[in-house]
Amino acid sequence: MNKEAAKELMLKMADDALIYGHRLSEWTGIGPILEEDIAFSSISQDKVGHAWQLYQLLEVDFGTPNPDQMGFERKENEYKCSRLNEFYTRDYAFALIRHFFMDHAEFIRYSLLRASSYEALAQLAKKVRGEIKYHVLHADTWIKKLGTATEESHSRMQAALNEAFPYALGIFEPGPFEQELIDSGIFIGEEQLRAEWLDEIRPLIEESGLQLPSTTNAEMGGRSGYHSDDLAPLLEEMSEVVRSDPEASW
Amino acid sequence: MEKSLDPRIARLNIQRNEEGTPPIGKHEYGVSYEVFVQSKRGKQHVHAGTVHASDPSMALIFAKEQFGRRQHCVNMWVVATTEIFSFQYADSDMFETVPEKIHREPGGYKVRDKIDAYRKKIAQQKTDKS
Repeated sequence: MNKEAAKELMLKMADDALIYGHRLSEWTGIGPILEEDIAFSSISQDKVGHAWQLYQLLEVDFGTPNPDQMGFERKENEYKCSRLNEFYTRDYAFALIRHFFMDHAEFIRYSLLRASSYEALAQLAKKVRGEIKYHVLHADTWIKKLGTATEESHSRMQAALNEAFPYALGIFEPGPFEQELIDSGIFIGEEQLRAEWLDEIRPLIEESGLQLPSTTNAEMGGRSGYHSDDLAPLLEEMSEVVRSDPEASW
Repeated sequence: MEKSLDPRIARLNIQRNEEGTPPIGKHEYGVSYEVFVQSKRGKQHVHAGTVHASDPSMALIFAKEQFGRRQHCVNMWVVATTEIFSFQYADSDMFETVPEKIHREPGGYKVRDKIDAYRKKIAQQKTDKS
C-alpha cells in the first residue's frame, strides 16, 4: 500500500468531518424548531465522531499525533478541509445546501471506500455509512421541502445553492496522489467521485424546483492548506477551552 | 442593541424588530405526529412519543433522532395525531371487570398444570431411556 497516499486521503476526510461537524454544531440551541435542533446537533456529533475515528486510525497506522492534538493543536494551513466546510453559516438555507452537497459527497465516498484495498479504512467506511445515509435523507427532505414551499424559501435556497456550488466542486480538488490511490486500489479518485456526485444530485435538485448553476469553476485551495478568512476564527473558537489548559485530561 | 456574548449570535448581526416578534399562527410550526418504534423485525411497533412536523416525511426524519437515537430500532411509524381515535377517560369505568366472572380470565383454566405434568413425563421417559 502507498502509505503517503492513504494518509493524505484520510487526513482530508478527517479534517472535513471535524470542520463540517463544528459548523453544524453552531446551530445547537438556535435551530429553527426543537426537533430540527436535536436532529442537526445529532448529525454534528456523528461527524465529529467520524473525524475522531479517522484521526485515531491515522495515529495507529501512520504515527500522527493523537486525535485531540490533530483536532485542536495544528496550524491553520495544516488543515486539509475543503473551503465549503469552513464558511461560517449565513443562514439556514446555506446550512442546508452545504449539508446537501457535503453529505451526498460523503455518502458516495464512504460507499466506494467499502471496497478499498486498505482494509482498516474499508471497515471504518462500512461502520459509518449507515449514519451518513440518514444525513443524506435529512438533507434531501429539507431541500425538497424548502425548494418548493414558498417563493421566499425557494429564492433563499436558490441563492444559497448558487453561492455554495463552486465551493462544493472544490470538495473534489485533486490531491497529489490521485494516480497512486487509484493504482493501489485504495480509492477511486476525486474525479470519478465528482462525476458520480453530479449524477446523484442533479435529479434531486430538479425535483426540488431548484437549478444547478452552469459553472464548472471550482473554488479550490483547501486541500493544500490555503483557506478562506473564516477558518482561523473557527479554529480559535473551537480550541479555546483546550488552550486554556493544554495539560488537562478530559 | 447589546452585543450577544454567544459568538454565533453576535456574528448574525440580528437587528431588533421594534414592533416585537409577530405572533405565531396556529400550525405554523407544523402539526403533531405520534411516533411508533419497532425494536426488532416482526415485533409490534410501540408508541414512543410525539414530534411536530409540517408533513409525514419531515416527521420521520425528526422521529429518527428523537426516538431512535438512544435505543435499538429497526423501523418506525409516524401517524398524524388527528388520525388517532380514542375513548374518553370519563368512560374508563367500562374497562373494569366484575370480580364474579373468573371463568372469562385466562387464569381460570388449569392448563398450566397439564403442560407441566406432560413435560415432567417426557423428561422422565428420556432419563429412563438413557
